Amino acid sequence: MNRLLLIVTIAGERVALPASAIEAVVEIESLTPVPGAAPHVAGLSALRSRVVTVIDSHASLGLSRFGPARDAVLAVVDGHPYALLVDAVEDVVEAAAEPQPLRAAASPGWARVARSAVEAEGDLLLLLDVPAMIAGPAAQASA
Amino acid sequence: MDELLKEFIAETREMLAAIGGEIVAWEAQPGDRARLDAIFRFVHTVKGNSGFFDLPRIAALSHAAEDALAAVRSGARGADPRLVSAVLAAIDRIGELVQALESGDVGASLDDEPLIQALGSAPGPTPAAAAAATAPQPQRATTIRTIRLPVDLLDRMMSGVSDLVLARNELARGLREAGPGGDVSACFDRVSGCIGDLRDAVTRTRMQRIDQLFSALPRMVRDLCAETGKQIALTIDGGDVELDREMIEMIRDPLTHIVRNAVDHGIEPPEARRAGGKPEAGSLAVRACQAGNQILIDIADDGRGVDGERLVARALATGTLTAERAARLTPAQKIALIFEPGLSTAAEVTALSGRGVGMDVVRANVERIGGLVDVHSRAGEGLTLTLRVPLTLTIIPALTVGAAGQSFALPRSAIEEIVRVKGGAARIERVGGARMVTLRGRRLPLVSLPELIGGKGAAEEAQSLVVLRPAGGGTFALAVDAVHDHEELVVKPAAPVVMAAGLYAGTTIAGDGRPVLLLDPPGLADRARVTPAADGAEDEHDSVDAAARVQSWLLCRTLSGVRRLVPVTAVERIEDVPAEAVALTAGRLHVTVGESILPLEGCPDVPDHPLRLLRLTDGATEIAYAVAEIADIVSLAPQIVPAAGPGEALGVCRIGGQQAEVIDLHWLFARHAKIAGAAAEFPVCVLPQGDPFMETILRPLVESAGYRVVCAADADAAKAEIVIVGAESKAPSAAAGARLVRLRAAVEAKGRRDDSIHRYDRAALLAALAREAKG
Repeated sequence: MNRLLLIVTIAGERVALPASAIEAVVEIESLTPVPGAAPHVAGLSALRSRVVTVIDSHASLGLSRFGPARDAVLAVVDGHPYALLVDAVEDVVEAAAEPQPLRAAASPGWARVARSAVEAEGDLLLLLDVPAMIAGPAAQASA
Repeated sequence: MDELLKEFIAETREMLAAIGGEIVAWEAQPGDRARLDAIFRFVHTVKGNSGFFDLPRIAALSHAAEDALAAVRSGARGADPRLVSAVLAAIDRIGELVQALESGDVGASLDDEPLIQALGSAPGPTPAAAAAATAPQPQRATTIRTIRLPVDLLDRMMSGVSDLVLARNELARGLREAGPGGDVSACFDRVSGCIGDLRDAVTRTRMQRIDQLFSALPRMVRDLCAETGKQIALTIDGGDVELDREMIEMIRDPLTHIVRNAVDHGIEPPEARRAGGKPEAGSLAVRACQAGNQILIDIADDGRGVDGERLVARALATGTLTAERAARLTPAQKIALIFEPGLSTAAEVTALSGRGVGMDVVRANVERIGGLVDVHSRAGEGLTLTLRVPLTLTIIPALTVGAAGQSFALPRSAIEEIVRVKGGAARIERVGGARMVTLRGRRLPLVSLPELIGGKGAAEEAQSLVVLRPAGGGTFALAVDAVHDHEELVVKPAAPVVMAAGLYAGTTIAGDGRPVLLLDPPGLADRARVTPAADGAEDEHDSVDAAARVQSWLLCRTLSGVRRLVPVTAVERIEDVPAEAVALTAGRLHVTVGESILPLEGCPDVPDHPLRLLRLTDGATEIAYAVAEIADIVSLAPQIVPAAGPGEALGVCRIGGQQAEVIDLHWLFARHAKIAGAAAEFPVCVLPQGDPFMETILRPLVESAGYRVVCAADADAAKAEIVIVGAESKAPSAAAGARLVRLRAAVEAKGRRDDSIHRYDRAALLAALAREAKG
């Protein structure tokens, strides 16, 4: 199993993403809004001649929308490229152990996108589910 | 599964598809040795392969079929219908077995023995076989070397090339911004050329001959005929036209449905046809041709056609149409009602065409891929349906518009016209919060794009209206802040979270490198909760100041090499005809197109090469206009510099920095207009009889000025508004209330009191006629 994790900060929380799900760390230069889409869809951006759907991770957690964030991680889900806006990208680390189901009750926003936690570098971090982040709060029922 | 076995299944399927048409053709012409050989080769190959793979049932069937066919080849048996049916049945069973093999369900339990027996019982040689053996042998198509590729490999290549094109565009922009740099730009041009060629080549790898679709038709029509007891001669043309593999799959169902309809409902049973004075065997012609970026597929039958009045009656009965609207429908709009859901005119639902899937579904399917369906019915004489589909799905022509400071793209196939609000052609009204726009007497629901996407700006402030006719048929107007440009866009599906908005059909990258959303017209209408007016396509397109609105034009090169603009709305379709279709008959050039003979314009002599024709219509009259090529479709409101005199060109305008003539449709149609039908409505003009000048030279001019010409003895002469006589003749007594126009042969008038007009003074003649028409 690939145990590499990408540590990022979202809404002040240090969380882990499975590194295998992330294609690149990118900077979003300009956003084309998508009127009528769910609030967590920040817009579209062109990256290397690809149209990338930019996901506002704060809104996806049910928080208020992002400020002028620029850093994002690129993930491809079902053939569609997405950029997930994050506060900051820290590092790639190796997981110390297998992810464990989260026993304690996280806040509702986090609980939807992270069902497990993983230990790395002595800290216990939430392991984010990228497709759930992309689907957004509205799609909770089907997730 | 074994790789070899997969190969065998794929190969057999391919051969099966191709062989169906051969068998039907062979049945019609049993002496056709080439076809017989092709079928024989098929069963022989299958027999060999099935032995190799140990497939006893297929082996037994193909063996029996091979024996029977071998007997026919050696002349020991005749190719009677019974034998043909037996061979067909055996080949069908082989198809089923192969299908079962592929799905892994090998235990298909039907008994093959009766089929094998039907093939076996030989009634001895028939004289027909010997006689037919000398029949002419049609040429066999030469085989092309091919390889088989997995489809997703092609898809990957295509998407790679699309990306390459986009990267090229971005690079081009970068170079432009960096300013001129001689070395780099020459190099870039070369790369750019290579990418263009590569894109063409890869696009072509995804192309398939439309034969893929057509090869199934002979068999289908044969079987349908057998079920319905009808006789139909099917002709197929243009099978070598190529289009995107995906498109072929998308139009398979609509095409099948239309052909079934034609056989089931269109073409009458033999008795009815005989009673109607038609040949007993109906004819069904399926034809494909390429016109620019579109493929046209015509399906024409010579059956009973569509009864517009019955459709109206049905629509009234089901409540889809109000009586008031029904009264305003043009004949073409009545026929177009067949595309409304739930309006079938078939007296009874038959097993063939069934219930449920109607022409509305056909149209929706075709429009989903950016195509159009046209219908042309001649009551009692037949029905022609034309499918127009784009060559490929991935690159679509689009219009970019601006709203709330953002750019959006609209698929051009859904756009009916673009209207500038400022021109005064559009009037916007508010009805209880809803907005409607009136365009030339047509009232349409209005959707404001800036409002819909949450920006500022009311519809009243919009600069332009785009009239959209999306799949589903309803027309509505979309208010936008600006109309930017026509572009060919590489459209990719948008992410599900974007599609969930219900407004978009995909995404693309514009020339400036920014992502652009492709709007989905039906989604826009749904979102704005408008019920689009379900009116037909034909609306009056004249009567508005040309400067006020943008119109679509075909930019053509005529046979004499002149660039000429023809309004798209007047072009019914584009056809290619062989040189033999043109003849100098009845004093002018006529061209045979399908079933009809049309006057030919734009072509000075009988040509020695095939012609491309624009079929122009004014709603009643149709004429064919020959062009050398169609260069482009452009949208513009031309600034026309008038021509020096009346003729084919109305005037000249500027397009792309060059001059182009604007065609004078009025002048063209005036030469051919059918006025007989509505004769009573025209003012009457009396012309003397027996004078060749009056009869042959003056008469057309008077008629084109809107008069009905009668002779003095005619009963209607008393109603005459104008009487034309020679200067020396006496006015006929019938013309008491009419004004007299005297024509003289001499150029100069005889003295001051002579009020006659020189008979070749066209302007004075027309002035006299016009004055009378008003008075």
